[in-house]
Amino acid sequence: MAESPGDDPALVEAMRAGDAAAFDTIVQTHGPRMLATVRRILSNEDEAREAVQEAFISAYRARQQFNGESKLATWLHRIAVNAALTILRRRKRHPEESIDDLLPRFLPDGHHRERFQTWDEPVDEALARRETAARVRATIDKLPESYRTVLVLRDIEGLTTEETAAMLGVSENAAKLRLHRARMALRTLLAPTFEGRVE
Amino acid sequence: MNCRDFTGFLAEYLDGELPGQVQALFEAHIAACPNCHVYLAQYRATVHAAARTVAPAPDTPMPDELVQAIAAALREQH
Repeated sequence: MAESPGDDPALVEAMRAGDAAAFDTIVQTHGPRMLATVRRILSNEDEAREAVQEAFISAYRARQQFNGESKLATWLHRIAVNAALTILRRRKRHPEESIDDLLPRFLPDGHHRERFQTWDEPVDEALARRETAARVRATIDKLPESYRTVLVLRDIEGLTTEETAAMLGVSENAAKLRLHRARMALRTLLAPTFEGRVE
Repeated sequence: MNCRDFTGFLAEYLDGELPGQVQALFEAHIAACPNCHVYLAQYRATVHAAARTVAPAPDTPMPDELVQAIAAALREQH
């Protein structure tokens, strides 16, 4: 995770001492990205704000435990992700939508059934357009919860497989398989955007 | 290695976790199968796109009401 002004040692020391102004600065500095992350996990604005608020309360209570071994941003993000996962577990469980239709299909001899079209425009150039970036975010939100969550933790937050599996309470193999399926489903959903089939 | 096997190894390939012999078969398949070559590029682009798009723009502020709610909640912790 990129270094940020929040890693200023004086600010960290003030935070550890419980200084309200230091926390205010940290909220302003780190809050936006924490909010963006938990929005992706929860797909619900009210719950995302609740998760960020809970995360800052947890961080305040645990401030003495922050020893600078990790970056402040990393520490805060882990707390925010945990707060979001707690909210997910609290939700009423509904049967999750299958993503099988979004996965590649194969002929009996193991060849792909589909002929894939090249995405002509480099993805970075397409993402430079605000509407394309927004469409990608909205597409991630369409993934069923368990797939969206593993994708956010591994590919967006950059957690290791081991950390992701521990946070989700699943085996490392299950986390790997779920991530792979999530990426393939997202590729299918993004294809119209990057093939220029969506206006 | 066929397309189905190839697809199953994509994540480990990107993570550099394929055993040498499997990696050689994987790369031989990319060279021989244009369709899987395209699929690999799109799988990699998908991972990249997800990582790029979650961060808010640098100038995105926290919603005021959330900042106020956090400040009030932290005051209660004192």
